[in-house]
Amino acid sequence: MSPTPDDPLVLVRDLRVTFTGGRAPVQAVSGVDLTVHRGEAVALIGESGSGKSVTLRALLRLHSPKRTVMEGTIRVVGQDVLALGGRALADYRGKVASMIFQEPLLALDPVYTVGKQIVESILRHENVSATDARKRALQLFERVRIPSPERRLDAYPHEMSGGMRQRAMIALALACNPQVLLADEPTTALDATVQIQILLLLRELQRELGLAIVFVTHDIGAAIEVADRIAVMYAGRIVEEGPARTLIRAPRHPYTLALLQSRAHGALAKGSRLQTIGGSPPDLAHLPQGCAFAERCRFAADACLATQPPALELAPGHQARCLRTEATAAAANAVTAMA
Amino acid sequence: MAILAGAPPAIVPVVFERSPGYWATVWRKLRRDKVAMAAGFVVLLLVLLAVFGSYITPADPFKASMLSRLKPIGTAGYPLGSDELGRDMLSRLMMGARLSLFMGITPVLAAFFLGSAIGILAGYAGGAVNTAIMRTIDVFYAFPSVLLAIALSGALGAGITNSLISLTVVFIPLIARVAESATVQVRGREFVEAARASGASAFTIVRVHVLGNVLGPIFVYSTSLIAVSMILASGLSFLGLGVKPPQPEWGLMLNTLRTAIYTQPWIAALPGVMIFITSISFNVLSDGLRSAMDVKQ
Repeated sequence: MSPTPDDPLVLVRDLRVTFTGGRAPVQAVSGVDLTVHRGEAVALIGESGSGKSVTLRALLRLHSPKRTVMEGTIRVVGQDVLALGGRALADYRGKVASMIFQEPLLALDPVYTVGKQIVESILRHENVSATDARKRALQLFERVRIPSPERRLDAYPHEMSGGMRQRAMIALALACNPQVLLADEPTTALDATVQIQILLLLRELQRELGLAIVFVTHDIGAAIEVADRIAVMYAGRIVEEGPARTLIRAPRHPYTLALLQSRAHGALAKGSRLQTIGGSPPDLAHLPQGCAFAERCRFAADACLATQPPALELAPGHQARCLRTEATAAAANAVTAMA
Repeated sequence: MAILAGAPPAIVPVVFERSPGYWATVWRKLRRDKVAMAAGFVVLLLVLLAVFGSYITPADPFKASMLSRLKPIGTAGYPLGSDELGRDMLSRLMMGARLSLFMGITPVLAAFFLGSAIGILAGYAGGAVNTAIMRTIDVFYAFPSVLLAIALSGALGAGITNSLISLTVVFIPLIARVAESATVQVRGREFVEAARASGASAFTIVRVHVLGNVLGPIFVYSTSLIAVSMILASGLSFLGLGVKPPQPEWGLMLNTLRTAIYTQPWIAALPGVMIFITSISFNVLSDGLRSAMDVKQ
């Protein structure tokens, strides 16, 4: 089965991930739909525990099979990921979809040189000689703009700077020409000046190689910089999804609005208080019957507590799971008018 | 967006030396450690003594003489005195290095391979397999090492081979536990997940990532056991369960000379001094190795 160019590279339908290791099963992801096309970057944002990293890891089936129940559909480049087993799963990982981790110092093996790790990955997936694999590793290092790449290939992870390590990590992820790149907070561990360079590098690679990128971040700024579309997650669901600009300018879910208001943006007057979202996220082991955000939402009505709000299509490609989108829109407009 | 919008930033070509390999780095760090180097030098001397000792002894280590029993240190012809059968102490100590080191290193080496294999298997498999293996190990671990060694040697019968076997069995649980905990630790590290995310099989992860990160610490721990093994082996010989007379072995010499402790205490102490020097050298060297091999994380 060869997918046509128009087929989405990543197609997730009603994904549910439940961790059964603890006393009560934890619904980390409860019903996520996600579509990513070739050459498109989607950012998953949300606070800790919202299920964004779990969703990302589910795409590579990295969760322990013993303690995790996964339901729904994940299709990546035409392959049914949840049905892959053993060898096929290992072939899929790194070759079709690969991952960039948050902290490259932890994600790279400290006792091997970076070059050796890249060569290892290439040899795992492709039938090439070690010399050719090393040549490819060198090209990758040039591609991610690592200065004096020849020498850097023989460096150990701890001998590189943070930004350099993340570039090496990206090179490692791209080693076998994957079509889908997953990034788990790729810039969180880096300092601010390096963050933007890494984001721009990702953007550039995505355009040149036609990658589909799914990345997780806390940083709305980073999301706007790189992503075409943003999906906001809360308590294991995507509560709002839309084109990056639309979502930032005209949020329609109260959580998105609250997130946007709680960052230290340029319009914030000196001395004024930073807005926060009161309360805390719900216990994922005991999710409420209605909207998970209702408890912390200033627009919540009785109807919100009763049932799970369905996804509401506001504009093509812009959806929100909320009953009070109009109230949110009014509040959002008021904020925009003020600023 | 402006940062990289134009030409890519000019990369200034800098001439670097090639990054040294892992072992080169370890060697460089070890060389700076004066104490460890001194201990290493002693270990080297002892190894040379073990290999060539029998060819350079000043006198025949087996030649007894009833007339020159328990001569004090410094007697003409007996630079370190003579033992209770009038044999030259210096020659016997030199020749004793061979058996003593052999008894110190062999069980540890055997236990290093077996214990690492068991520990890594348990640590990587986890779950019920881990519990089954590690609880069995714990049963052995519960006995004091000396008691276990004596009991096993006693049951198997006296002799070098049997004491080697019993010492190996004594050390396997110790090494397996270290291997297991190191493996569990490495298994939870992010680079293992990263390896899995890039398509590595369980076998590859164990072969490359677990072994690469675990063997160093286990090796260092094992070198520190060499001293223990020597002392235990000496103890077995002392009890008559290890090396048999007239073979020179330090523990056995200590045993046979104990009757002389009131008449010639210095001579009686000499084999003990050798054991002490050897074990402390191995300990200091392994400490030095441990810090030299500690890759910055």
